[in-house]
Amino acid sequence: MAALAKATLAIRTAFQSARKTGREVDTRPLLWPSVIVLFLWMIVPLAMTLYFSVIRYNLLNPALTGFAGLENYAFLFEDPALWTALWNTLVLVGSVLIITVVLGTLFAVLYNQDFFGRSIARLLVIAPFFVMPTVSALIWKNMMMHPVNGFIAWLQSSVGLQPTDWFAHYPMLSVIIIVAWQWVPFAFLILLTSIQSLDSEQKEAARIDGAGPLAMFFYIILPHLRRAISVVIMIETIFLLTIFAEIYVTTSGGPGLATTNLAYLIYSVGLLQFDAGYASAGGVIAVILANIVAFFLVRTVSRNLQHT
Amino acid sequence: MRASRGKIGFTVLGWSVALVIFFPIFWMALTAFKTEVEAVATPPSLWFTPTLENFEEVFERSDYLKFAWNSIAVSFGSTLLALVFAVPAAYAMAFFPSKRTPDTLLWMLSTKMMPPVGVLVPMYLLFKNLGLLDTVTGLTIIYTLINLPIVVWMLYTYFKDVPYEILEAGRVDGATPLQQLFLLLIPLALPGIASTGLLALILAWNEAFWSLNLTSSQGAPLTAFIASYSAPQGLFWAKLSAASLMAIAPILVVGWMSQRQLVQGLTFGAVK
Amino acid sequence: MMRIVPLSAALAAALSLAGTAAHAATTVTIATVNNGEMIVMQKLSKQFEEKHPDIKLNWVVLEENVLRQRVTTDIATGSGQFDVMTIGTYEVPIWAKQGWLLPLDNLPADYDLDDVLKPVRDGLSYEGKLYALPFYGESSMTFYRKDLFKKAGLKMPERPTYDDIAKFAAAITDKGAGVYGICLRGKPGWGENMAFLSTLINTYGGRWFDEKWNPEIDSPQWKQAIGFYVELMTKYGPPGASSNGFNENLALFASGKCGMWIDATVAAGMLFNPKESQVADKVGFAQAPVAVTPKGAHWLWSWALAIPKSSKVPEAAQQFVTWATSKPYIELVGTSEGWTSVPPGTRKSTYQNPKYREAAPFAPSVLQAIETADPTSPSAKPVPYTGVQYVGIPEFQAIGTQVGQAIAGALTGQMPVDQALKSAQAVATRTMRQAGYLK
Repeated sequence: MAALAKATLAIRTAFQSARKTGREVDTRPLLWPSVIVLFLWMIVPLAMTLYFSVIRYNLLNPALTGFAGLENYAFLFEDPALWTALWNTLVLVGSVLIITVVLGTLFAVLYNQDFFGRSIARLLVIAPFFVMPTVSALIWKNMMMHPVNGFIAWLQSSVGLQPTDWFAHYPMLSVIIIVAWQWVPFAFLILLTSIQSLDSEQKEAARIDGAGPLAMFFYIILPHLRRAISVVIMIETIFLLTIFAEIYVTTSGGPGLATTNLAYLIYSVGLLQFDAGYASAGGVIAVILANIVAFFLVRTVSRNLQHT
Repeated sequence: MRASRGKIGFTVLGWSVALVIFFPIFWMALTAFKTEVEAVATPPSLWFTPTLENFEEVFERSDYLKFAWNSIAVSFGSTLLALVFAVPAAYAMAFFPSKRTPDTLLWMLSTKMMPPVGVLVPMYLLFKNLGLLDTVTGLTIIYTLINLPIVVWMLYTYFKDVPYEILEAGRVDGATPLQQLFLLLIPLALPGIASTGLLALILAWNEAFWSLNLTSSQGAPLTAFIASYSAPQGLFWAKLSAASLMAIAPILVVGWMSQRQLVQGLTFGAVK
Repeated sequence: MMRIVPLSAALAAALSLAGTAAHAATTVTIATVNNGEMIVMQKLSKQFEEKHPDIKLNWVVLEENVLRQRVTTDIATGSGQFDVMTIGTYEVPIWAKQGWLLPLDNLPADYDLDDVLKPVRDGLSYEGKLYALPFYGESSMTFYRKDLFKKAGLKMPERPTYDDIAKFAAAITDKGAGVYGICLRGKPGWGENMAFLSTLINTYGGRWFDEKWNPEIDSPQWKQAIGFYVELMTKYGPPGASSNGFNENLALFASGKCGMWIDATVAAGMLFNPKESQVADKVGFAQAPVAVTPKGAHWLWSWALAIPKSSKVPEAAQQFVTWATSKPYIELVGTSEGWTSVPPGTRKSTYQNPKYREAAPFAPSVLQAIETADPTSPSAKPVPYTGVQYVGIPEFQAIGTQVGQAIAGALTGQMPVDQALKSAQAVATRTMRQAGYLK
């Protein structure tokens, strides 16, 4: 290790430029397996979905066959619920992203400090991610948020407040709380691991220069975390766009359309009546939406990727 | 003196956060030991006589070991497989980036964008024709594919955190890229690999859409086990809590054991 | 580290046991719902395996919505994953029409098909042939708290009207003490709130579709019925009603929070059981309320065992389903699990059995409800469909759920009743047009 360190220091400047090219090594074969596998995985279902979306295929009604052209899409777009569903999807994704990234960063910074029983406390914070989403939603719905039986209601009534009927009056907020609770551990774990790779030399240097904790946070820690935060955002977005189980268990998309997102809309119209044509059309729309969202995110992310 | 007051402050803050976040799970765990009637009683009871009847009933009713084994096989199998594919790919993209690298990364992630609800029927038919319905193999393949993009992304991020100089030093010492990968990079990036693996494991463990739709009895993992306890007609929260505890138990054990890897930060200061 | 060794030993043992068991002759895979009766059946099925050593039963137990989706996907794609499916009176006629189910016409003589309650039998038949054997039947009825009624000086008639219900609710509601006069389903879903609301609409003289399949959701009868429902629940119902389904209301009633509840007859046994209910000695039973007409005021549902055509072991499957729904099976449940655990609503002989009547004093009310439920004529006006609390068409799952969502929105005050019904009507019309019923 000591020899390596000496070598590192000695050749650091000399090879800095070589790092940018690295073309003397052909590393493409290392990429091929993943790429091929993913390519097949993407093409085959996508092709099948596209195909299904332009035919009439209702599982329960095999008599209904034939080429449907863009009928399924037309039916989807004429649905007044579609725009509400799209809006709800964006609200849900955006809110959870903000909550999880902010809390995840703060908790990561907190848990990077040494304190008593830190490893156990860390396991507790990660715990919600271990529980199955359906079970989480059931716990929150019946044991925490239920206005009669729930724990929060009990807390409220013991201080004299009227218990809140979460799912009736704040349905979207309730779903956001549940989903955020599940995903904060994910963000926390990624950000914590990334924070721990922060070179303590840098931190030490900054402290010697007289940087207070806030300055440290904004000028040292946050930039270092930028890449990890980008990853968190990208991955969470992918999952949050298709959130389904939590809505299904708690509000069934209601009241009205308050918590219907695109995935739930596809389910309630497509899957419930086994209209594979409609469901496929919905799937294609969802992919397009996701790509649009990702495109905007990528603008910010790729700036960070090239940065280092 | 200042250090220890800070430490106490952090302890209080850290533990408050942990307890608040953990509370619903704690409540669920408590409910697992109550009777059904107690589970829905108000005001919620903190003091009660614990009973093991829910666990007994769950054990008697379902073949827990079979489900657990399937979950373990599928989750670990798909995670390992994903890592095998992803580590070389992430290595290549992190240290030998080409113009196409960001696009490739993005494209990989876009394969995940299809909501499973929309693609259920085609996939079901595909699996049926391939004879993969209700098999551990089939589910493992699907989970590998589902998690691969995420694993690649996360590994890419962690690899980027490793200073290239160390690998460069190895190269100067005569190490081939593969040797650099295995002897230098992996040990240094182990915390990152470990947390990536853990997260992939959990995602596979909790995945409830494909596991419920593509398996029936032989290949069914713990998510199907849970689905037999949720929302029947009648009181069920105590039993569901017990079943959920049993379903998280293996993964909590794994998480606890991998704590050590997660704790070791990359400390280049130690290199000095 | 220490935990791995015993765990792997246990796993190895379990695997080897599974290995030996797999050498039995025929495996019958059963997909079923996780209701109490089915859990009991799973437990007692070991006796079936003992009597038929060449048949091994493989149980897949799931919650209702997951089960329904799973088995429908399986049967519609002919995948043959399951040999026995638990489905209801909703699926049977639709699937039989598609030719997906095996007709069960060569039953042994001692099965005594006439003993099976007629409405249930008819509900599981298509064009005169029986396609599934029932192991569970239910209707809906009114549950009320005898003690609260006595305190308020009220008497519950055998068949109340909804006006009575409103008056009673007003008298016994005491929100301060946490007692809500009436608890009703509010969670959106074709089988959740719409199951109850369909009966409400029927008895107010409304119907889902006219003879030409035009939806009638914004008809005056619907407006009257839903308006009554929303007002009743707002004034006398518990908070959180819009996310309360059967289970939540059961929990509320069993913990003493509800004065009245109109829901599935199966709850009678649960509320009567002191191990599951805090009001076991205070619960009274009456028929479901009526308004303008008694038609369609209480529903009919049966869970039954059917054999898909894609099954590879139909004979063994049939042996199992006949055993599981036979008179000796009911006797077996009664003697080994207790008579309150006996599957209700299937056979006349169950209700004539003195031991059952003694353990379940509500049994005659339940029987009366089931026998008078008529899915073929659920409304005062003629209808082109069958089903009291649902409409027996494949599109109904989606329509019912979307209408349920709209009504839940009205219940929470998000939108006025008229607007909710109007948007529900639009949704239903769209779907019916897309499905080809309307031109």
